[in-house]
Amino acid sequence: MMLNVEYLGVSYGGKAILRGVEFSLRAGQWLMVVGPNGAGKSTLIGAVSQGAPYTGRVLIDGKDARRMRPRDLAKRVGVLAQQHSVGYGFTAEEVVRMGRYAYSGGWPRASSAEDTAKTLDALEQAGLAAFRRQSVQTLSGGELQRVFLAQVWAQDPAILLLDEPSNHLDLLYQQQTFDRVQTWLRQPNRAVLSVVHDLSLALAYGTDALLLDCGKAVARGPVRDVLTRDALSRVYNMDVHGWMRRMLSQWD
Amino acid sequence: MRDRSESFRAFEYAGFSAVAFVAALLCVCVGSVRIRAADALAVIWNSVWSLPLPEGVSGPIIMSVRLPRVLCVALSGASLSLCGAAMQGLLRNPLADGSTMGVSAGASLGAVIALAFGVTIPGLPFAGTMAMAMVSAFLSLLLILSLAYRLDRALSTNTILLIGVIFSMFAHSVISLISAFAGERVKTILFWTMGSLAGSTYVNVIVLLCALVVCGAAVLPRARELNAFAIGEDNARTVGVNVRRVKLVILIAVSALIGVCVSVGGTIGFVGLVMPHITRMLVGPNHRRLLPASMFGGAVFLMLTDLLARTIIRPLELPIGVVTSLIGSLVFIYIFAKTRTAR
Repeated sequence: MMLNVEYLGVSYGGKAILRGVEFSLRAGQWLMVVGPNGAGKSTLIGAVSQGAPYTGRVLIDGKDARRMRPRDLAKRVGVLAQQHSVGYGFTAEEVVRMGRYAYSGGWPRASSAEDTAKTLDALEQAGLAAFRRQSVQTLSGGELQRVFLAQVWAQDPAILLLDEPSNHLDLLYQQQTFDRVQTWLRQPNRAVLSVVHDLSLALAYGTDALLLDCGKAVARGPVRDVLTRDALSRVYNMDVHGWMRRMLSQWD
Repeated sequence: MRDRSESFRAFEYAGFSAVAFVAALLCVCVGSVRIRAADALAVIWNSVWSLPLPEGVSGPIIMSVRLPRVLCVALSGASLSLCGAAMQGLLRNPLADGSTMGVSAGASLGAVIALAFGVTIPGLPFAGTMAMAMVSAFLSLLLILSLAYRLDRALSTNTILLIGVIFSMFAHSVISLISAFAGERVKTILFWTMGSLAGSTYVNVIVLLCALVVCGAAVLPRARELNAFAIGEDNARTVGVNVRRVKLVILIAVSALIGVCVSVGGTIGFVGLVMPHITRMLVGPNHRRLLPASMFGGAVFLMLTDLLARTIIRPLELPIGVVTSLIGSLVFIYIFAKTRTAR
């Protein structure tokens, strides 16, 4: 098991956002976390990446994530956030190079030839070679998202956490992002945990799914077994299946 | 396009040093008594090696008045500018600085309390004032940040600035209150609120130098971490930065350095705000270049400002803090307007 989450609970100001959520992630799996607004999807990513206080345990390769040094954690787990804004005009290359932080150590050996090679490689992979020296403040939302995707490639983690990575993005970027993640996942010992809003995307790219409702895991397992007509109707309070078919049939 | 390597090369540092040296020499030579550069250099050189002083040159003016002052001014400028650059990166906020965030006001409050109530450490004159300024700078930073965090978990620009301003007003009103009852000590207290480096001694130079070396050693090697913070704190965490530890180390170093600067020269506002900003426009936001460049920039800027302050309406001398605040507040408004319209 690459990732084990045991009895995860998160609460803010006395209100429970997540309660007793359990799941695990094996190599080669792409686990889609789905559920309506307020189900606790993004909070789940925050807790697993150690960005929010939680109860329960998160085990990475069997080790308690709480006790791991931030650098060691970053070598195993990479996160692509939902939205980005960069405070100052760093170049795309500088932002991507930051992904190598966990490897290169601090001062004075701040960047090695290997880091430079991996940085340029990641920029290339994300299709950003042309933007290398451009300030990230001049990039569009989709381009900026790709810069941070490249940063995750440079970080080279084994587990990738995606928080609605294609939100607000054009369809082309959405497709490119998901295809790139899928290609990345084909390498040995890789796994993806992602939050998605779009259930069609979950079906198309996910191998497994975790259905959340009001902070509780309602179902988990292979994606087709979880996103069933009955389960979705119950959680979303509508006939999701019928709605999706009706929407898509308009294109016939 | 020119390859923008991450840190400066040796020749670039040599260039910065040359500019700083020329500025320092200018400040030593110009004043109520004008001195030729060659004479000034000869006096300094001979004094360092205990050789007899050249004839016809007022050695004491150079050695015991101007040189210690210029050195103090340069070190304060470098320190304040370094602090500003580090805070602006750490908080991802181009308006963060000791004076806009209330840390300077907190430091002067500590110094004023020490002066008015006679807090001293036996055997070490000024050490009580200095320690109070440092402790008070750190406590005010802690207070301001925790208050801001309670109101707004994202620690946004506006919240921090607002609380910093409110805290500054509070600190200044307490200072006024203390000075109202201070009687004879009121003149010394006025000094802290205005900021001046007139009458600096070599002891001050050594104290400032030590503070800059110690705190610089804590801040400068963390340029990469500051880059990560400047990109975004959440992003810094996910790439593996020990967010809490770095934040704590930088904040302690910065408030200690600001505390020492205030205890020596009083509140010299806006240097730490304006210089890093101008430097960032020139060398980019990467802290491996920004931090050292800001230090040189701050030193040169403050030396020239001090020169202006003591020569512009000779024989009267303006407090340097007044001059930097005059320049700084205008630039501050400009930056604020520009960053607001950019969004």
